[in-house]
Amino acid sequence: MTAAPARIGAATAAAARPPSRRGSTRLPGRRGGRYALTVLAFLLPSAVPLALFVLGPMLGAAWISLTEWNLLAPPRFVGIGNYLDLLGDPETGAVFLHTLLYIVGYLPLVLVGGLALALALNTRLRGRAFWRGIYFLPVVTSWIVVALVWRWLLQPSSGVVNTALGWLGIDGPGWWTDPFWAMPSIILASAWKDLGFVMVILLAGLQAIDPAMIEAARIDGAGWWRRLVSVVLPLLSPSIFFVVVISLINGFQVFDQVYAMTGGGPGGASQVVVQQIYDLTFRYGQAGEASALSWMLFAVVLAVTVVQIIGQRRWVTYA
Amino acid sequence: MKHHLLAGVGVVAAAGLILAGCSADGGDSGPVTITYTNFISNGGNEDNLQTIVDAFEAENPDITVEVTTLPYGDYGTALQTDLAAGTVSDVFDIEYANYRQFQADGVLAPITVADPGAYRPSLLEAYQTDGTQYALPSSFSDVVLYYNKDLFDAAGLDYPSSDWTWADEKKAAEALTDQAAGVWGDHQPVSFYEYYKALAQNGGQFLTDDGTAVAFNTPEGVEAAQWLVGKSGTVMPTIEQGQGTADFDTNLFKDGKLAMLHSGIWVFGAFADVPFGWDIAVEPGNTTQASAVFSNAVGVSATSEHQEAAAKWAEFLTSSETMVNVRLDSGWELPPISDEAKLSTYLDKGAPDNRQAVFDSLDAIALPPVVAKGQTEMQDIMSEELVEAQAGRKTVQEALDSAEQRINAAIG
Repeated sequence: MTAAPARIGAATAAAARPPSRRGSTRLPGRRGGRYALTVLAFLLPSAVPLALFVLGPMLGAAWISLTEWNLLAPPRFVGIGNYLDLLGDPETGAVFLHTLLYIVGYLPLVLVGGLALALALNTRLRGRAFWRGIYFLPVVTSWIVVALVWRWLLQPSSGVVNTALGWLGIDGPGWWTDPFWAMPSIILASAWKDLGFVMVILLAGLQAIDPAMIEAARIDGAGWWRRLVSVVLPLLSPSIFFVVVISLINGFQVFDQVYAMTGGGPGGASQVVVQQIYDLTFRYGQAGEASALSWMLFAVVLAVTVVQIIGQRRWVTYA
Repeated sequence: MKHHLLAGVGVVAAAGLILAGCSADGGDSGPVTITYTNFISNGGNEDNLQTIVDAFEAENPDITVEVTTLPYGDYGTALQTDLAAGTVSDVFDIEYANYRQFQADGVLAPITVADPGAYRPSLLEAYQTDGTQYALPSSFSDVVLYYNKDLFDAAGLDYPSSDWTWADEKKAAEALTDQAAGVWGDHQPVSFYEYYKALAQNGGQFLTDDGTAVAFNTPEGVEAAQWLVGKSGTVMPTIEQGQGTADFDTNLFKDGKLAMLHSGIWVFGAFADVPFGWDIAVEPGNTTQASAVFSNAVGVSATSEHQEAAAKWAEFLTSSETMVNVRLDSGWELPPISDEAKLSTYLDKGAPDNRQAVFDSLDAIALPPVVAKGQTEMQDIMSEELVEAQAGRKTVQEALDSAEQRINAAIG
């Protein structure tokens, strides 16, 4: 606690040196101690659960990742043995590859689909609110329900999709019984479910664009496509960036739909990282190795997110 | 999925149970409340279990038993989580295949049995380690061949009998299959549990004698795998047609569209009201007969604060007269008792007529292979590789080669 006022004092001094741009941002100098307490009080409601349910378990998992633990007998310290085992196991590469395949299929689908929906629903369409509601409905539906419905729709021999394909003379594939089609089935269901979320974020971004700018482009003779590419998309880029970051993180953590639709099968063809973590812990009693895999996943997600945040300077326009 | 939802319900229910357990005061002197988590009564026997609980509480006014029932599919995960979290019930169900691991990890309290003579010796001994009892058998059951009499009559075929072999079964299955009418001749899951048994029926064994490596990759093993896998698409529906999903086989049999079904005696109840005649027979073998026998048991938690009361309930649940009567009357598997005279009343309890087959199956049994480490992984790998062969993505030989290598890595 003693360090806090000093730091705030330094910040105040630093802020005071260059001519203040906006007078109202001046920090309360000597009342720093009380100020810090006030800030702390506001942070507490989110900081306590964060520490209790996120940071605590993360550190716990870090410790468990250094042990061999079957959840029953006391954990046995093995150092970085679990990490070495995972790095040497071809299964690890496979589950990361499957997760990447999921992301590669899923991300473009939700981005392009969500953008198309947002553009369509940003017009003076009749019953606009109704359509927005319809497309958002899957987002608030339980994954288990959605996955069961899709499993049923994609049932290879009697499902709605293959029956309809049959009328067109197409012999539909064994969606979740064929290793090749298992991941595309999961991607399809996931894109369908998350489309509404992407749509809502992009819709908000579209509505924040000043109509005068689009009007100006129109007067300058820009057609629909030109306005989209040169005006709308650059102005929408902060929203797109947000959606990409969130979708990528969610993509790496894909689990519910895999668990409910294929369980990682057939023959491990759709086994993703988080499903592997679940299986290792709760089926095979290898909580240590599972925790190590969790931390490897965290490292990958962190690295990807940092790269994105650095990379955004090149393409994200903040108006 | 259904399992997922039910798991959620189970966790909530278990949490409620834990809270209830915490509020009970310590010490066995005053009135105590003990908790019991089970899967054995799930799916139709909840009231039967309650009858046993009521009888126990009437005999022991100081002890209250709080029951939590979970579906079998979620039970293992819920139990493991509760054990890890230190929130396990005083008494809980275990399966024979998991006994060794649980005992070794110290989660089971030693049990002093008041009347060991009441139990079938072989079942009681299965749950002893170094002469100490760590769990009590609660029931046993076996797997038999169910058949639809009407379909056999219509095809003019003889009913299955105890001297049938695989060849007889195959011939009948082929004759009874009418894919155009959606009628199938046979159903046997393509899984670890069927495979170790088929292997024994063909004179092979799953593990080496010391239990440290697999021993199924032999000509007998290939033939046994072929026997299971080859049914798919010929006399049994394919995976694409729904085979392998939960309750697919019992529903197909109930609908009168399946002539023969390999399943446990725990599904008797499901066929109580079917509009056709049905009966059971000892499962056919190939070079020899071998039937799968399953035994459930209950353990007392090593961390229970009421171990004495818990052990009392465990023994009542597994050997009391109330339990014997309830189980025999309802056909709820078989009581693990030594009294053959009592067991024989089971024979006259109605459909199926040939209940003798349940006992005849015990003459030649195949117990599941048990390893010290990687039991579930071994089972999952075996089932997965067999399904690869069933789906035609691997040959039977390739699947067994792969299973051998992966299982040896997992259990070694």
